[in-house]
Amino acid sequence: MERVLMKGNEAVGEAAILSGCRYYFGYPITPQNELTAYMARRMPEVGGTFIQAESEIAAINMVYGASAAGERAMTSSSGPGISLKQEGISYLAGAELPCVYVNVMRGGPGLGNIAPAQSDYFQATRGGGHGDYRVIVLAPDSVQEMADLTMLGFYLADKYRNPAMILADALVGQMLEPMELRGPDFPELPPKSWAVGQMNGREQNLITSLFLGGDTLERHNLDLQRKYDSIQKDEVRWEGLLLDDADIAIVAYGMSARVARGAVIQGRARGLKIGLFRPITLWPFPSIMISRLVERVRCILVVEMSLGQMVEDVRLAVNGRCEVHLYARTGGGIPTCEEVLKRVERLL
Amino acid sequence: METKLIIAGHGGQGIVLMGMVLAHAGMAEGKEVTFFPSYGPSMRGGTANCSVIISSEEIATPVISTPDILIAMNEPSFREFESRVTEKGGIFINRSLVAGSPTRDDVELFEVEATRMAGDLGNLRVANMVMLGALAGATGIVTLPTLVRSIEAVLPQRRRGLLDLNIKALKKGNETISRSFSLSPERVDHGRKKRVTGV
Repeated sequence: MERVLMKGNEAVGEAAILSGCRYYFGYPITPQNELTAYMARRMPEVGGTFIQAESEIAAINMVYGASAAGERAMTSSSGPGISLKQEGISYLAGAELPCVYVNVMRGGPGLGNIAPAQSDYFQATRGGGHGDYRVIVLAPDSVQEMADLTMLGFYLADKYRNPAMILADALVGQMLEPMELRGPDFPELPPKSWAVGQMNGREQNLITSLFLGGDTLERHNLDLQRKYDSIQKDEVRWEGLLLDDADIAIVAYGMSARVARGAVIQGRARGLKIGLFRPITLWPFPSIMISRLVERVRCILVVEMSLGQMVEDVRLAVNGRCEVHLYARTGGGIPTCEEVLKRVERLL
Repeated sequence: METKLIIAGHGGQGIVLMGMVLAHAGMAEGKEVTFFPSYGPSMRGGTANCSVIISSEEIATPVISTPDILIAMNEPSFREFESRVTEKGGIFINRSLVAGSPTRDDVELFEVEATRMAGDLGNLRVANMVMLGALAGATGIVTLPTLVRSIEAVLPQRRRGLLDLNIKALKKGNETISRSFSLSPERVDHGRKKRVTGV
């Protein structure tokens, strides 16, 4: 298939259109602006709707409306804007509405800066908004995966009637790489008989996150939990590199994993026995696979562009059975292969 | 073999376009490439730079700390990035706008009167393509015919009227180079790579 040179942010946009998304609602913020600009140009070309909302909060609630009507809808932002959207995301999760939203992470907290970061991991994987809920979190490490995981996100969101998030960072959003623009290839999903809109004789549908009276909310939350359990059972995705004989496993996601991959390849050339484990889904987290790593490796080194967020999930998976070390950069600092290798050499 | 380039200059010199054309040409020749631009407020009038990696292997990170080649289109960029060029690397300077010379003698220097030659062609703004033509001539990272096809593919629609001028600039830059330069960075034996993916 022909390779095209594309920017990560734009690859997300094209993948959404290939997935049948015809509603995009956004509000500008660096470093994801190319996605909003791409949608402004492309949506009218494919008969879709692009709205630059008056705020991030308005944009996520427009997603709620479009999704409730049974349409594939998307919004995107970066850290500060994603924080604003959390109320809407919680409502979408409560009302079991599918959507895809994208966080092209920048440095925080607060307005922070516009450099690459991974410091929204806690917010992404712990729900982010209020209430007992989960969102599916997909973490691309290349422009190709920006497209592939966006398409997967739309599929999983519809399959489970749940928000799915693309957790990218400014590096993968801003970079250009060759990629193949292949369309989605997933099993067919049932029609959205739950959607609201013209009734044409059918029974009334109700979409709400409000459950007053008796134990209705507890029963709803337990239903949600059963759904989350099945997502955890069936939708974990990860990738491993040179782990079979590794003494040290590096665990990293997104662009940190690209850096770690370089370190593994350079280290192997020097005879160091290191491998890479890359979670692709951050929720559900590949805890079982990481737990099995412990049987093979001496210790684990987590590399992330945040001061110890994903490392907590790795430690939970390892449960004290081996040492878990952390190499972290923050505030826009990007780890280098050499720095990671230095840490590895100290551990060997 | 992996070549890491930093291209730097000021906003308006077409630094990002240079990087995109170069990356596109690398891709067209079957290589792996990454392109990473400076983005945000620095694009509006200040310094602009981008990082391009062209490799026969999968590329780890698009971020470059020590480039094999620096292309400095103006004086401040030359000063900012000169010291970061790897030993025995190459520096291409736009001699029309860079007065200084390298403070080190372990790099190969190419001086190209890019802005003056662009002026001779009638438009100062194609200095970027003059320089890209010179880079191809000196290093062979990509070939001139590929660059010509890539500028056709990458030049924005609103600039189509300038396509012929850009191609002329690529050729003019290419002709000015009379010597070649081959990088001999540490070769990394990438070894056997094995990947497993879990679903």
